[in-house]
Amino acid sequence: MTVESTTARKPRSGEAAQDAGAGRKTTRAAAATPAGTAKTAKTARSAKTAKSAGTSRANGTPGTAAGGRTPAGSRSRGTSGTAGTDAHGAAETAERDDELVQLLTPEGERVARPDYDEYVADLTPESFRDLYRDMVLTRRFDGEATQLQRQGELGLWASLLGQEAAQIGSGRALNDDDYVFPTYREHGVAWCRGVDPVNLLGMFRGVNNGGWDPNSNNFHLYTIVIGSQTLHATGYAMGVAKDGAGSAVIAYFGDGASSQGDVAEAFTFSAVYNAPVVFFCQNNQWAISEPTERQTRVPLYQRARGYGFPGVRVDGNDVLACLAVTRAALEHSRGGAGPMLVEAFTYRMGAHTTSDDPSKYRSDEEREAWTAKDPILRLRRYLEREGYADDAFFAQLEEESEALGRRVREAVRSMPDPDVMAIFDNAYADGSSLVDEERRAFAAYQASFDEGPDGSAAAGAGAEGGK
Amino acid sequence: MSSQKIPLAKAINESLRKALETDPKVLIMGEDVGKLGGVFRVTDGLQKDFGEDRVIDTPLAESGIVGTAIGLALRGYRPVVEIQFDGFVFPAYDQIVTQLAKMHARSLGKVKMPIVIRIPYGGGIGAVEHHSESPEALFAHVAGLKVVSPSNASDAYWMMQQAIQTDDPVIFFEPKRRYWDKSEVDAEAIPGPLHGAKVVREGEHLTLAAYGPMVKVCLEAAAAAAEEGKSLEVVDLRSMSPIDFDTLQASVERTRRLVVVHEAPVFYGSGAEIAARITERCFYHLEAPVLRVGGFHTPYPPARLEDEYLPGLDRVLDSVDRSLAY
Ligand SMILES: Cc1ncc(C[n+]2csc(CCOP(=O)(O)OP(=O)(O)O)c2C)c(N)n1
Repeated sequence: MTVESTTARKPRSGEAAQDAGAGRKTTRAAAATPAGTAKTAKTARSAKTAKSAGTSRANGTPGTAAGGRTPAGSRSRGTSGTAGTDAHGAAETAERDDELVQLLTPEGERVARPDYDEYVADLTPESFRDLYRDMVLTRRFDGEATQLQRQGELGLWASLLGQEAAQIGSGRALNDDDYVFPTYREHGVAWCRGVDPVNLLGMFRGVNNGGWDPNSNNFHLYTIVIGSQTLHATGYAMGVAKDGAGSAVIAYFGDGASSQGDVAEAFTFSAVYNAPVVFFCQNNQWAISEPTERQTRVPLYQRARGYGFPGVRVDGNDVLACLAVTRAALEHSRGGAGPMLVEAFTYRMGAHTTSDDPSKYRSDEEREAWTAKDPILRLRRYLEREGYADDAFFAQLEEESEALGRRVREAVRSMPDPDVMAIFDNAYADGSSLVDEERRAFAAYQASFDEGPDGSAAAGAGAEGGK
Repeated sequence: MSSQKIPLAKAINESLRKALETDPKVLIMGEDVGKLGGVFRVTDGLQKDFGEDRVIDTPLAESGIVGTAIGLALRGYRPVVEIQFDGFVFPAYDQIVTQLAKMHARSLGKVKMPIVIRIPYGGGIGAVEHHSESPEALFAHVAGLKVVSPSNASDAYWMMQQAIQTDDPVIFFEPKRRYWDKSEVDAEAIPGPLHGAKVVREGEHLTLAAYGPMVKVCLEAAAAAAEEGKSLEVVDLRSMSPIDFDTLQASVERTRRLVVVHEAPVFYGSGAEIAARITERCFYHLEAPVLRVGGFHTPYPPARLEDEYLPGLDRVLDSVDRSLAY
């Protein structure tokens, strides 16, 4: 790590051992650990992490599917009359599918959808530019984070590359008093909620396990355990309904998550309690290495019907359609009609996370086919076609994007490691005598490293909680 | 494969391969275990060689994975299930605790549950939350489950073979931060019993007991202590349920002191059970109370603090000093 901690740290094992007259204990530790400084140990740790990632990559011989598996790219959709299409047919089929709501074609042409046009009728050229700006800046932030991970500044990053339209479209559909329950990839939604993107990075850098107050932007903490948050969203929405608040809740999750029991239970609860919650599933086609077909045999949006609420599939690479469909869904829920499922049909253009190697399980062709549907390019074509934006706009946005990248980079590099005693903070709201005892013991143990060369006052504690 | 030096992850891979080859009833199940070979590549190449019917990518649902494995076992299969990370076993915890663990007893012994649940566990790899936990005590507390954890490639190879052959459900905790550590694996050797503890370093003044990722730390601590003329014995427990108390007792009766080391929180942890039993068995031999070194009663901290949270050499040696000071 190139970052120097700004917090004053007590000398630990090897660090102290470098000073003459260091404590006995530390000398001993240094003797046993060949690379005997705490810093070196950290470096070794990161090296190992890097190695593990490297191992994953090194083993990256693409597997050949055995047995009767349909290769990725020719996956049958299971929609009536679309099964068994040829390579890349699946996505195309879905796109031709009448049930896929689309307002902008990949070429940036506006297509009429009488049922949804009214939801975006208020958009001005400026609002189109704003949507474009949101997507460009979100992509820039995301790309910067990926770079920062490569440079060792972040331990991990889950990129949203390719999913900007789904996130900005849905995120901009929300009112301030709506509440968002994200998973771990909703950087674009966070952007729409006004969460400082730097706040999203603490968890991925490893300095905290969340790091923001969910109530300050009505944007809940990221949730890593798949599907859990859909139940929280449902409960929150039940509370909203009890309060007669007239706002809505939106829960984000992936196509993989749709298999979790928690998600099924969230569907059940939201339906029977008529909770004002919109389930926003970003079907980015993959759950790490598993295609959507490994999770479901029917298009995901159709699931809702079985639970007794409506579902709709929207072109997730079309920001306009995502905005319209989410506005409609939120309106439905706010109006007391209960939950609704939106399936944004999109694509994860990058790896699952920075430690994943998609070349093991999917083809370049597939990615290229989806690159042609890039959500940002699509809106740019529309802006240009309509004359909504000129060169000056794009140039200015490029500058803004650079500035954002710089700000994020600098903020991350100067993000201090938390103080070690923070381990003991916040385990309980009302405190706990047990944690207090462990905190005292650990503090004494830490202090023992500052003692004289004879190490006389052995702290006695370790993790054990004192004598 | 006869005798060769390989990483722990590879040893498990070889072991699974052998099981798939020798018993057509063995199945591998889990998220991403197929083409990807699992997120740690432990099942790398197995689907390619044994097909999708034997190496099964499952939907993303842990309760579903374990629940269907139970059904497959009822039908005569021997599923080896992968849970992607420690923190993701909890959606399956209900199936494991209320169903899997009790099926044999409830059927008056008529039904066997030869299921292995592999869980990469523990910290030290700089991961985000839910990827570094040590929930072994939560499973060891449940009757009907066997809970083991190898500390090196050779044990990983052999213990996996034995776990698959066992007719009881085995929770197989794999120390993920040791996945890339190499050691000699002799596939022709005759392994010791699955639940037998091993003295991995002999010593006179104190016994360190550990399992999984902490065995290496204890061996390093013993090496450091030796330079000061302290002779520490290290016992690798290998199994947390059952525990080979006889081997441990014999060691403690010789050294008269015991420090138990694990990554999991100390409070209500496996060290508590070991301390209590050894105190009962060896009360008149002990020169000091059994001490424990482990995690705190706090959520597993963010990665930047895990080096301080996880027991390292200094924390172990600190407890050794305390024990010797009695
Ligand atoms: C309960 C649980 N099981 C496994 C994992 C490991 N895991 C993290 S992301 C992921 C795939 C999720 O796919 P999907 O829901 O489609 O969302 P995406 O990442 O594609 O956005 C898996 C298996 C987890 N985080 N939680």
